[in-house]
Amino acid sequence: MSPQDAAFLEAAFRKYYFERIESVEAPAQIEGREFGYAPFGSGMVRHLSVRSAGQLSAMLLENAPADVYCSNAVYDFPEAQMSHKGWKGAELIFDVDAKDLDLACRPDHACSRCGSCGAAFAGAGPCACGGAAARASFPCRDCADAARKEVGKLLGILRDDLDVGEASVYFSGNEGFHVHAGDPAYAQLDSRARAELCDYVSFRGATPESAGFGRDGPVDVAEQGEPGWRGRIASALFPRSRRREAIKEAASAGRAELQKKLDGLSAQLGAVIDHRVTMDVHRIFRLPGTLNSKSGMAKVPCGPGRFNPYSEACLLDDEPVEVRSDCPLRFRLKGRSFGPYQGDLVTVPRYAAAYMVCKGFATVRH
Amino acid sequence: MIRLGRDELAKYPFLPDAGKYLADQGFTLEDLGTDPDLAGFLEEAVRRIEVAADGGIYGPPEGNPLDAAVFSFLLAAVLLRMAGAATLVRRFSLAEARRAERHLGRDLGSMQDGERKRLAVGIIGELFSMQVEHTGDGIAIRAPDYLARASRFHESEWKLVNRRVDSGRVLLSARETVRLLRAGIAEYISGRITSAPAPPRAGGFEDAVARLEKLAARFHVPTAQSGEYPPCIKHAIKVLEKGENLPHSGRFMLATYLIGRGQGAEQIAPLFCNAPDYNERVTRYQLGQIMRGRDGTPYSCPSCEKIKRDSLCFATRECDGIRHPAQFGAGRA
Repeated sequence: MSPQDAAFLEAAFRKYYFERIESVEAPAQIEGREFGYAPFGSGMVRHLSVRSAGQLSAMLLENAPADVYCSNAVYDFPEAQMSHKGWKGAELIFDVDAKDLDLACRPDHACSRCGSCGAAFAGAGPCACGGAAARASFPCRDCADAARKEVGKLLGILRDDLDVGEASVYFSGNEGFHVHAGDPAYAQLDSRARAELCDYVSFRGATPESAGFGRDGPVDVAEQGEPGWRGRIASALFPRSRRREAIKEAASAGRAELQKKLDGLSAQLGAVIDHRVTMDVHRIFRLPGTLNSKSGMAKVPCGPGRFNPYSEACLLDDEPVEVRSDCPLRFRLKGRSFGPYQGDLVTVPRYAAAYMVCKGFATVRH
Repeated sequence: MIRLGRDELAKYPFLPDAGKYLADQGFTLEDLGTDPDLAGFLEEAVRRIEVAADGGIYGPPEGNPLDAAVFSFLLAAVLLRMAGAATLVRRFSLAEARRAERHLGRDLGSMQDGERKRLAVGIIGELFSMQVEHTGDGIAIRAPDYLARASRFHESEWKLVNRRVDSGRVLLSARETVRLLRAGIAEYISGRITSAPAPPRAGGFEDAVARLEKLAARFHVPTAQSGEYPPCIKHAIKVLEKGENLPHSGRFMLATYLIGRGQGAEQIAPLFCNAPDYNERVTRYQLGQIMRGRDGTPYSCPSCEKIKRDSLCFATRECDGIRHPAQFGAGRA
């Protein structure tokens, strides 16, 4: 990114923080959290300690960072080196990302820029000149809806099976969602236990015993309406309408066949989450209300009703900005369509200019 | 606070009440070391540690089993603290945890005696700040409590996804509940032994301590570890070195990998000697079986995929592109 583009984004982000600082959510137990931020054009600053919401606001207004993060963990000494922080617990945060869903629309909104000749083109893969290309994505509404569907599955499992209290859902500002489950009962779990929890919500590692089959066949077969995975397995594999036949078929098909069916249910019924992120008890997550430098959009809370992240998280203003863009794809923000462009000089609202500059497919006119 | 009777103290002598029992009976620790009439308890304590060191579980002698069970435990703890042998403390704690597990399982699953059930629930609550409820057909514990403990187990039956879960509670049998707590009980016992102030080396315990020091020396095995082992193997070795439990699948992986690298039973067997349930004869027999394989060809180490499935994989970047631990490091030089 050129210094001019970085300066443009920094000014846009600074304006956002000046005008909407109240959107930034100060976390509970703020004094025990580790904060970090990435200024435009330089590396990450980590291991910061903040004493109050006021101090956090001052930090953002002063630095107008590209990205702002806060630990899920609470420490005795958040500013110390990792090994000396004194871990006290960590909020359980699930990461759901559209890129993990293998959606059919995915190739349609991938685009690349060649590292050798600088050409921008739609799709992924090497450039026509043979050079390696960096890939970017302009996710569509379907991506967000599909990721949200996974969030819905996850919330159902957390509520019904695990009795996790209130969970807050946030659009991450780019391609996914973060589900913050603040239930203190789960805060003490280490990463191994969280990995196990991840396997549970995504229905990974289930054996025929989970369906009530033993080594020699049916023992106590799951019934529709039972709580937890047994009930879901029964609905999918042994529905009431043909329970006896289905059990008989499963018994005669053998254990390996049933195992295959259970593995297949994982994608269908389990929530697709990023296990690595979710099991990490020292991770710093994007702070709610702050902007994402991959898109210029904000991490915003998302209620249970209709939600269009490409409108509701698009919080930069719409002052006209002149940019030169070679964005090869069409995209929609705040109900307006933009692109494709072929090196055109175009005047677009600031939020759209920032979006393309963040993705590397536009540069502001000097 | 739960109140324990004499029978219960014999079953759970590691609970704080047991310490008071000694004084209530009019004895001091010194008496147990010097009074010839009480010498039997000292001998019993050493025997209790020896049994644990060999992977067994102590059973009190005929005669005065209740006092012997309490006194010998208390004395054993003191002797272990004096000897300062970490391996013996670990083995003793685990053996005592397994012994307690038997009693706790019976008490928790007692069909008739509500008092025994309440006692078991009280002990679990006091030791682990954990809520245990009896349901119609078993025991229910809170999902976070389950996860914190069961995630240490590698067997698929302990995966949460394979358990009955309802409204934040995991349903278990009494046997499963206490199995889940074994490591915690062992940790509690070893914590009590190691955090107690060291008693002075006096009072007629010298011979017993010397015996224990000799016993501890048996478990010191200098192990050489090649830096070329893949992380799954390094992890397995580390688990065993720490005296923690490595599941059968992990032991099989380790043994087959080392056999595949040309090591013999003589070299491999000592690696297992710190395992909580180590039995030299059984270990050598099993290594022999693996070496003989099904048709004279040694069993081979499982693939990375299988190792991953068994939760034994601790892949690092160096593992990229390999499908079998034997491929680790190949061609990198």
